[in-house]
Amino acid sequence: MSVHATNIRKTFGAFTALGGVDLNVPAGKLVALLGPSGSGKTTLLRIVAGLEQADPGSGPISFHGEDVTNVPAGKRKVGFVFQHYALFRHMTVFENIAFGLKVRPRRDRPPASDIADRVQKLLKLVQLEGLDARFPTQLSGGQRQRVALARALAVEPKVLLLDEPFGALDAKVRKDLRRWLRRFHEEIHLTTLFVTHDQEEALEIADEVVIMNQAKIEQVGTPQEVYDRPASPFVYQFLGNVNVLRAPALAPTVGAPALMRDGQLYVRPHDIGVAPYVPGFTGLIAEIRSIHAAGPQARLTVEQLPGRELIEVELSRAELVGLSLNLNDRVCLRLRQSHSFNDDYEI
Amino acid sequence: MAAAVTSSLPAVRPPSGAPLRATHDPRWVRWTLTGLALVFLAFFLVLPLAAVFGEALRKGAGAYFAAFKDADALASVKLTLIAALVSVPSNVVFGVAAAWCIAKYSFRGKSLLITLIDLPFAVSPVISGLIYVLVFGAQGWFGPWLIEHDYKIIFAVPGIVLATTFVTFPFVARELIPLMQAQGSEEEYAAITLGANGWQTFWRVTLPNIKWGLLYGVILCNARAMGEFGAVSVVSGHIRGETNTMPLHVEILYNEYNFVGAFAVASLLALLALVTLVLKSIVEWRHAQARAV
Amino acid sequence: MSLLRKEHSVLPGFGLSLGFTLAYLGLIVLVPLSAAFLKTAGMSWDEFVAAVASPRVMAAYRLSFFASLAAATVNACFGLIVAWVLVRYTFPGKRIVDALVDLPFALPTAVAGIALTAIYAKNGWLGQWLEPHGVKVAFTEIGVFVALTFVGLPFVVRTLQPVLEELEPEIEEASASLGANRWQTISRVLLPELFPALLTGFALSFARALGEYGSVVFISGNMPMRTEIVPLLIITKLEQYDYRGATAIAVVMLTASFALLLLINLLQKWSRRHHRV
Repeated sequence: MSVHATNIRKTFGAFTALGGVDLNVPAGKLVALLGPSGSGKTTLLRIVAGLEQADPGSGPISFHGEDVTNVPAGKRKVGFVFQHYALFRHMTVFENIAFGLKVRPRRDRPPASDIADRVQKLLKLVQLEGLDARFPTQLSGGQRQRVALARALAVEPKVLLLDEPFGALDAKVRKDLRRWLRRFHEEIHLTTLFVTHDQEEALEIADEVVIMNQAKIEQVGTPQEVYDRPASPFVYQFLGNVNVLRAPALAPTVGAPALMRDGQLYVRPHDIGVAPYVPGFTGLIAEIRSIHAAGPQARLTVEQLPGRELIEVELSRAELVGLSLNLNDRVCLRLRQSHSFNDDYEI
Repeated sequence: MAAAVTSSLPAVRPPSGAPLRATHDPRWVRWTLTGLALVFLAFFLVLPLAAVFGEALRKGAGAYFAAFKDADALASVKLTLIAALVSVPSNVVFGVAAAWCIAKYSFRGKSLLITLIDLPFAVSPVISGLIYVLVFGAQGWFGPWLIEHDYKIIFAVPGIVLATTFVTFPFVARELIPLMQAQGSEEEYAAITLGANGWQTFWRVTLPNIKWGLLYGVILCNARAMGEFGAVSVVSGHIRGETNTMPLHVEILYNEYNFVGAFAVASLLALLALVTLVLKSIVEWRHAQARAV
Repeated sequence: MSLLRKEHSVLPGFGLSLGFTLAYLGLIVLVPLSAAFLKTAGMSWDEFVAAVASPRVMAAYRLSFFASLAAATVNACFGLIVAWVLVRYTFPGKRIVDALVDLPFALPTAVAGIALTAIYAKNGWLGQWLEPHGVKVAFTEIGVFVALTFVGLPFVVRTLQPVLEELEPEIEEASASLGANRWQTISRVLLPELFPALLTGFALSFARALGEYGSVVFISGNMPMRTEIVPLLIITKLEQYDYRGATAIAVVMLTASFALLLLINLLQKWSRRHHRV
């Protein structure tokens, strides 16, 4: 089931959380809402869920063509997983998962044996078999997260919404769980929208990424698209490390045709090639200021020579060994790929 | 584009009745519950308070103020002040000492000690008085010895002070113990490593940190000390002008059908209660402010 | 003191502070309290039973117990509503109402007692309207109940308020998004979360009501077998110089109070464990 939200606005007093955004989630896809904190992504998710109401004049919000703008949260058939899980502490894992079924009106409520069956199936699906009698306080963070997911899935939602699903977990569990979520999505193909501020997470598991900044959507696309062809300086900077080179410093040396006279050039550290200095080289020349060889990639900080700008460079360790560089060595830089944006764009 | 959408679509409003937000109750529920709460509080809190002042002023301001010209009334005010002036500082010293040893050290029997400190709250005021009669009364443990040496504790001022101290015993300690436990000892350790001695550490580091909690405990302790009735009633002997505190004087006047006099003295105690509530709110507010920084 | 200590601390004052604490606690609280138990230990069993189980005393137990139970129940119901309204809603004068809830802690009980009597007596503020309809409050069991409700009122509100404030709105949203209606959310999610605190408040209110004296004696009328509460009976026995009888009843009350105190401590431990995530 697809989700369409049109012209969603939301203000809290003087603060604009959403400044008229359009969101489309194609049926069966896993879509990430990515942005820094305060960009409005959680508010948008909560409006889609019906937990928050958009300002008058917004909308409509439709699920598979059906207008749900005035449908309350409990009747939208969405599964919502909260950042801090919001499990019911006085209920066991079983009771938590069964809750959505047990609160149905009597005529729609499945018999107790069916409920028990479904809970067991869900426990198996989220790999928590045998933990049904535990209380939430007796589970680890990752287990609680999966109980919250099973609870949301028990009501057979048409759309799954997750708010920072891995935000409260430590780094190791986070990585395991997000791969698990991807595999899980491939199994059930439920339309899923999740909020995250972690670009690595979004790029790794989403089919499509919606990048938000300051109450607006900056770009929508596949992970590859947004990484390779960022639509704005913000997206470029948000999706990984970047060097911003100013035009005047480059003007005498680089003949980049796309570069305006007072524009800026965006280069990722791993898109810069390093070669030993040859006298008479007309490109970028720099001196090595620091070398960090720990980790999978070596990182250099170099100072560009006439311009005195510091540039970060990433290269493989094999390359570093091959170059046998020392501090204050002079090197030539080659930009394998760079971007420029026609200005009047604020970062 | 946004303007076009706004003009072409009607404003979205929640369907009448239930609001969309999950944590909001419908208006009729809010109004009903607020109404119930306010009516309940009006009957049980506001009405008695109004009754005190209403009855006190029933025969006019002249009769009201005449009640305070009575020498016995003045003596009861004096005795109430004495009882509070002795018992409150004693319990402050005790509260600080207890909180210091409980919050700063670990030792065997600590949780038992905390429970024992709360004990006087569980004891009926009447029994609080009775136990001192059993110790110091004419039939009590030290009774014969006290009579022999002509000391009077029961049916005299010392008994009133002791009973008051008993019923107000936990107030300061139970404010300070959780507060000091939550604050930990890091600042004290820092002071010690910087060369401060124990007293310097206490006066300059610990005390400024607990001052709002201490003040809060003192306010509650004082209110109870001045208002205690049951315990004091047992040990006082009701000797007019000598062993009557203000609450006991209220009782005597009331039983003599001097209602205006009784309610006049009671109004003074009610004013004290109102001042206590105001001070308490201010301290709570300041305390929250201090914590927020 | 060093025997008690588990580990060394660089902070000075352990011996002084603990020594003073124990001495003060012993002199003011423990020694006098033990006098009550020792005095009773000197009685024979028959003497004790005669003192604590005579019909008049039994009637007083019944009144104290049921009036306290009724007052604590009313306080639990309305305390829940008051706490809910104070935490969740806004209305003009809310801060004043919030501060006023503590009035029963601050107002001397004797003052409350005569004020309630002035309201509910035959010619009183409300009494003059109630009595013609056959509702007698002052000098009946209902009067005892009214006074006990007054003194126990703040306990439930003040134990529930912090728990309600800390309750995350997400659990209500989770319940709503799973399809529960508001009533199901309240009865199945909120009330069970609040239950330990509600029970603690109820027990505190009940314990306070059991021992209360000052606010009750004026409004109850103190008729033997009918409106005599247990603390009043102790005073009556003392006035007749029946120290043994008074102390025996006091020991029964103390035992009940300490059992309640223990129960409240366990309840609070339970509710804390319940709320730690």
